[in-house]
Amino acid sequence: MDVFDIISWVLFVSGGAFVFIGGLGAIRLPNFYTRLHAASLTDSMGTILILTAIMFQAGWSLATLKLITILGFLMLTGPTATYALANAALLSGMKPGKPDPDEES
Amino acid sequence: MYYVVSIAILVTMALALVRALRGPSVYDRVLAVNVFGTKTVLLLSVVAFLYGRPDFLDLALAYALINFIGVLAVLLYFQRRSMNRASGHKSAD
Repeated sequence: MDVFDIISWVLFVSGGAFVFIGGLGAIRLPNFYTRLHAASLTDSMGTILILTAIMFQAGWSLATLKLITILGFLMLTGPTATYALANAALLSGMKPGKPDPDEES
Repeated sequence: MYYVVSIAILVTMALALVRALRGPSVYDRVLAVNVFGTKTVLLLSVVAFLYGRPDFLDLALAYALINFIGVLAVLLYFQRRSMNRASGHKSAD
C-alpha cells in the first residue's frame, strides 16, 4: 500500500466522521443558531478533508486542478451563505439562546 | 473506502432532509437545503472517482455555483418579506 493511499484513507475516514457529526448536530441540537453552528463548521471541515483525500487519489492531473477550484469555491461560498443565513434570521427577530418551544426530541 | 465516505454523505443528506421537512422556522429549512447542496457536491466528487469518471467534477463545480446563488436568492426573498411585515406593510400573501 502506497503512503499516499494511507494518507488518503485517514483523510477519508475523518472527513466522513466530520460530515456525519455535522448532520447529527443539524438534527439533534435544540436551537436554530446551534444547528447553524454544527452544520456550517463541520461542513467546512468535512469538505476540506474529503476533497484533499480525493486529491491524493487523483495525483497530478486536470482532476486535481478541478478539485482545487471546487475547494476554493466552497471555502468562499460556505461561510458567506452561513453569515447570510444568520443575519437574515437575526433581522427577522429570532432570539438566540433559547431552545425552540416545539422541539420535542 | 469510497463506499464508506459515500454512505456517510448519504446518511447526512437523509438527516438534512428530515430537518428540512420538520424544521420549525423557514431558516431551518434553508439551512438544511444548504447542507444538502454542499453534500451533493461532495458526493458527486466521490462518485466521480468511485466510477473512474473524472468528468463528473464539472457537474460538481456547476452544482456548487447553482447552490450558492439559490440559497442567497431565497434568503433575500424571505428577508425582504419579513422586513416588509415588520414595517407594517400588508403583504399580498
